[in-house]
Amino acid sequence: MNDIFRTLHNGSAIPFDEVPRLEVTAFLQAIIDATDRGWRVSSYFGIPTESGATLCCVLSSKADGLIGMAAADVAGSFPSIARLVPQLQLFEREIAEQCGIPAEEHPWFKPVRFHHSFVPGRDAWGRNPGDPILPGVMEFYRVEGEEVHEVAVGPEHAGIIEPGHFRFQCHGEEVFHLEISLGYQHRGIEQGLVGGPDPRTPFRMETIAGDTTIGHMHAHCMAMEALSGTRVPARAEALRGIALELERLANHTGDLGAIAGDVGYLPTASFCGRIRGDFLNMTAVLCGSRFGRGLVRPGGVLFDLGEAERDDLLARLDAARADLENAVELLWSTPSVMSRLENTGAVSADTARELGLVGPAARACGLNRDVRHDYPYGIFRMAQIPVITTHHGDVCARTTVRWLEAGKSLDFIRDQLRQLPGGGCRNEPGPLQGNRVAVAMTEGWRGEICHVAITDDAGRFLRYKVTDPSFHNWAGLAMALRGEQISDFPLCNKSFNLSYCGFDL
Amino acid sequence: MLREIIARLKQGHRTMAYPKEPVQLPERFRGYPEFPARVERADGEACAAACPHGAITCDGGIALDTGLCLFCPECTAGEYVRFTTDHRLAATRREHLLVRSGGEHQLARPLEPRLRSLLGRSLKFREVSAGGCNACEADTNVLSTIGWDLGRFGIQFVASPRHADGLWVTGPVTENMREALLMTWEAIPGPKIVVACGACAIGGGPFAGSPEARDGVDGILPVDLYIPGCPPHPAAILDGLLRLVGKIEGE
Repeated sequence: MNDIFRTLHNGSAIPFDEVPRLEVTAFLQAIIDATDRGWRVSSYFGIPTESGATLCCVLSSKADGLIGMAAADVAGSFPSIARLVPQLQLFEREIAEQCGIPAEEHPWFKPVRFHHSFVPGRDAWGRNPGDPILPGVMEFYRVEGEEVHEVAVGPEHAGIIEPGHFRFQCHGEEVFHLEISLGYQHRGIEQGLVGGPDPRTPFRMETIAGDTTIGHMHAHCMAMEALSGTRVPARAEALRGIALELERLANHTGDLGAIAGDVGYLPTASFCGRIRGDFLNMTAVLCGSRFGRGLVRPGGVLFDLGEAERDDLLARLDAARADLENAVELLWSTPSVMSRLENTGAVSADTARELGLVGPAARACGLNRDVRHDYPYGIFRMAQIPVITTHHGDVCARTTVRWLEAGKSLDFIRDQLRQLPGGGCRNEPGPLQGNRVAVAMTEGWRGEICHVAITDDAGRFLRYKVTDPSFHNWAGLAMALRGEQISDFPLCNKSFNLSYCGFDL
Repeated sequence: MLREIIARLKQGHRTMAYPKEPVQLPERFRGYPEFPARVERADGEACAAACPHGAITCDGGIALDTGLCLFCPECTAGEYVRFTTDHRLAATRREHLLVRSGGEHQLARPLEPRLRSLLGRSLKFREVSAGGCNACEADTNVLSTIGWDLGRFGIQFVASPRHADGLWVTGPVTENMREALLMTWEAIPGPKIVVACGACAIGGGPFAGSPEARDGVDGILPVDLYIPGCPPHPAAILDGLLRLVGKIEGE
């Protein structure tokens, strides 16, 4: 495969003209062959052109620890290969929506985010360019028959939750099919980045998904550093790693509590709700913001850690670990909780592989994939975190993965705090080099985050592609619901806890 | 059951004493701004031009609009602006968010007496995330955890707009959420109030100027409480709420 794709390492940049420009059939065949051999599609996107688009595919090969890239020019439309490579189905719809060109023979050809295409006047669905595009207006899959009914939920939900529309086809209580339609949080992030970066870019990167501020910002910085040839000081890499794992801890803790809450087990729900705040407050010790705003910037980090803060963090970490263990151990020893978690919302390893799931959702199905381990970057080139997998693929497995990962993150942060490298925290980045492409992947708490930046002659963004882990994983939630009771939807949903804004961009 | 009781004893009672005692804030927290150094006009105009969020102006003296400010550590106004650890950022009028050198700190004011007698002891909100990044949502949600226990003040977030006294808006109001937001507003029985929580809901935040969003809820609905921050700290949110219902007054 390596002779077809141009390979590169995570967090590096190459001249864009070294990416092979294939004839479209050869390009698609190469993707089919590569995925057959176990490569994953990390990103697939189009750069709009006058007559169509330049398609770019970014694949990752775990066995080689390498990223492969190829491109092809298409005019008017492009062939869909989603029937052969299901993990591409959403990417193809996204390309169609953004570039305004249809994906021919796509089995599920519907809008993704409900916006006008990047090319004024061009629309993949032939909608009138002057008409507003309304979210959720599409043909939903329908099951018909006696006693079959449809349940529609959203965009707004009962709690303080982001908006999304869910359409269930049910037979009595049993869900035959769930279709998820998003786009309500679409803020035009990718389109706004064309011609960038500008002084506001870091702030938009930090708010792609606010609960993944560090994960996305770290990926963005890696891309910027690769494009400008900036070296990041070791101390900054360690602090970025600490912040990333604190983000994972806060969110995993919140999820463990929320899962407990959804099965009506209030002790763990209450305790974890508070302990999550303890982790957020540790991030605030680092940089003043509970979400890590303003910590990570191209070239390093903006805040150093003094002795006093380091000792403060170590003490807080020990206290939080004791509280978390105490709160979560209750789950495993309570039969009424376990009976609700086990065998609920199972996704098979085959389905997970075909859909290209990432993060804890994939690891709960036995798929050993973790960017920190497979495509090491930053501090993870020096300090490895063991990858946790379980194999039942159900709510219980996703809960277990989170719990075990939390323990590994706690160990990692403690070790890093005790042996912080000396030196500075930031090197001023230079200007971006022109006509290059950089690929940066990080392991956010939901899974693989992929940023691809392509520059023009002047070193401005020709295209900036963001792929949030939720983009891969929403289909996993839909599959988890098949054959389940509709009343188990909140629990299944919580066990994935996917991002709406990260998906909607 | 015994295990739960033992766990509960170990975890202890953890609801904070705030507002009776001061809230614990991190040393590096960036809150209410102050202006330690005198600014020459040319310098001030340079700071104003450099702020990527348009939060700084220099018309007479330097001024910072906390509704547009994202409280960046790399503030372009440098030594002229210092962010204190004062979390009291919320205000009831949009113009009160403009902080001037030597000006008075405008805190949130209580609802007018009729509304206060109606809502002061029981205030229910329906939250709508209209393009938020989930950070404002998360730190609003946190108020309902045992650490903050919002319920003790008679304030709650409810599932249905029909049960609500007010609308809680996060996010810059995306084109795709505008209709749902307005429908929710319509569904809330009057009299009702609106809270704009976070930089996005006040002025578009990081997404200001995006053709896919509306630069905040101002101009779409009448706002009764503005809570600056990206996202606002839970203490900033609670301070605004408690002042609105008259449970905190004065300094």
